[in-house]
Amino acid sequence: MGDNKTLPAAVKRWDENTVAKTIGRFPERQETFLTISGLPVNRLYTPLDTKDLDYEKDLGFPGEYPFTRNIQPTGYRGRLWTMRQYSGFATAKESNERFQFLLDQGQTGLSVAFDLPTQIGYDSDHPLALGEVGKVGVAIDSLADMEVLFDGIPLDKVSTSMTINSDAVVLLAMYIAVAEKQGVPMDKLRGTIQGDILKEYVARGTYIFPLGPSMRLITDTFKFCSEKMPLWNTISISGYHIRESGSTSVQEVAFTLANGIAYVQAAIDVGLNVDVFASRLSFFFGSHSDFLEEICKFRAARRLWARIMRERFKAKKDSSCRMRFHTQTAGCTLTAQQPDNNIVRVTLQALQAVLGGTQSLHTNSRDEALSLPTEESVQIALRTQQIIGFESGVGDTVDPLAGSYYIESLTNEIENKAMEYIQKIDEMGGAPAAIEKGYIQREIHDAAYSFQKSIDSNERIVVGVNKFQVDEEHKFDYLRVNPESERKQIEQLETLRKTRNDGKVQTALKDLRQGAEGDTNLVPLILEAVKVYATLGEICGVLRDVFGEYKAADL
Amino acid sequence: MSSSKKIRVLMAKPGLDGHDRGVKIVARALRDAGMEVIYTGLRQTPEMVVRAAIDEGVHCIGLSILSGAHNALFPKIMELLKAEGADDILVTGGGIIPEDDIPDLKKAGISEIFGPGTPLDDIVEYIKANVKL
Repeated sequence: MGDNKTLPAAVKRWDENTVAKTIGRFPERQETFLTISGLPVNRLYTPLDTKDLDYEKDLGFPGEYPFTRNIQPTGYRGRLWTMRQYSGFATAKESNERFQFLLDQGQTGLSVAFDLPTQIGYDSDHPLALGEVGKVGVAIDSLADMEVLFDGIPLDKVSTSMTINSDAVVLLAMYIAVAEKQGVPMDKLRGTIQGDILKEYVARGTYIFPLGPSMRLITDTFKFCSEKMPLWNTISISGYHIRESGSTSVQEVAFTLANGIAYVQAAIDVGLNVDVFASRLSFFFGSHSDFLEEICKFRAARRLWARIMRERFKAKKDSSCRMRFHTQTAGCTLTAQQPDNNIVRVTLQALQAVLGGTQSLHTNSRDEALSLPTEESVQIALRTQQIIGFESGVGDTVDPLAGSYYIESLTNEIENKAMEYIQKIDEMGGAPAAIEKGYIQREIHDAAYSFQKSIDSNERIVVGVNKFQVDEEHKFDYLRVNPESERKQIEQLETLRKTRNDGKVQTALKDLRQGAEGDTNLVPLILEAVKVYATLGEICGVLRDVFGEYKAADL
Repeated sequence: MSSSKKIRVLMAKPGLDGHDRGVKIVARALRDAGMEVIYTGLRQTPEMVVRAAIDEGVHCIGLSILSGAHNALFPKIMELLKAEGADDILVTGGGIIPEDDIPDLKKAGISEIFGPGTPLDDIVEYIKANVKL
């Protein structure tokens, strides 16, 4: 950027005179400054730090390759990001009421949280489901629950994101079936299933099947949707949970994109054309507490993915190279101490995500280090987004921080460091192999441990936790999931098993078993099974039988 | 306690919750403090936790839950320990546990609950001070 022949000497002069004089009298707060991910931060950045940047090649224009500045030509001037609060708890009926509340409050998309039994393919009456039914999300046992969950919500109007992974295909099938009952054909449905199994093995833990069959379910879904659901996001390749598990920002980008590479490769290997499915891939990142680093992370991830798609996978269409992503503010930065401070943390993190160009955003509630959020806390979190969107003005020009010497320098550094990791993972045989070796898990754990150590030793300050503490008693209204919900859910399940047509269920499950044993696409078979009210546990039970279960590697 | 005997700890994840960042960090901190630590991995039933504790002859069990299932699972584990005559084992818990729930969990026999933000040294010191060897 520009011709700076005399600049090196000028920087040297500034350093040796002006800075040295000041430091002699007023030492800096620390010997060295590091980002939260451990990247060094210089005192000052100048055009020298961005001298190798080629504007048209490395930044370009919004809406054009390599999309560093934004995937939309007009940024947020056309439409603000989708404000999408993740929610769901207890029974389908209670969750449906929360959805209606959020839509009334101006939320523009739904994001469904499922309880753990649903996420791991167990019905609510399974012994391992004890105490978990309806806790971290809504309990779904069959299509009957899904009908209640979306009752009165027009599925041709809202887009729905579902945080479901190992058994995503079953929930997708239920969604298709509910929509069909509402008279909405599947090619009109908009939304996302997370469906990112690789990060479950390393970070989130809701895996069921071994790697091979899990990847098959994913490529079956890609194939089915590329033919029948052109508006559906078939996967949300997620760095959020990797980051929440303690990774650095560089690791978040690297491991997420390495997983992305594995999915693209798997789809190509089963014969799909990259330009047919790639535009429906979506991503999901966290927004942690280092303000400038996070903005650079989003920009770096976007550029790196574009380059991977074009250079490595030879994608012809620009839309195949476009990284669309959802962001959630970092749950792990919320403190149980002085919980109202979390509103401020979330505000900064939300602003980062917007300055980084996110397509949709979830803002955490202040009380989430204590319990599930109350309706009041969720409302403040949503209002935070609305204030940024409608009052702050930051969305009125595209990528406003571009060209900052530091922003561009750090964007480069994150991209380069992430690429080094990806090369290392490639040498191990790709993300699945690196996961089976436990490499990615160990890297994350090491980063998490040293982060905790830096807080315990007061090297890193967390306000209210290791500095500025007060004596406090928490006077919070907790959201409590009524323990009755679990019993009610199990009762409904028992009624369903008695009243449905069992013959049809058995036939559908037999067909599914045969399909799973062969190599036919399983999505249509699962769709048939959910339509006759086979339960999630029954469907996943058949697949568990045929595929076996994943056993986690010892760390 | 005798300084020659090593404290043995079982770190356990009862329930279906996959949040294991905390439990793994605590396990490593206890190891660094000289204890022998066994980590169960995810998705343990109360029966599996108690079986492992007895088989491994541990002095302490550290339970971690972030899904909200603690009220159902922690007391169940304490019941089973009592039934096995192993309730001299020190049991602590951690995770996302509302303060209002703590009195009942302590009544059930959980010795201490460590919430978010607890320094690792506090956990180490607590176990050293309270474990019966």
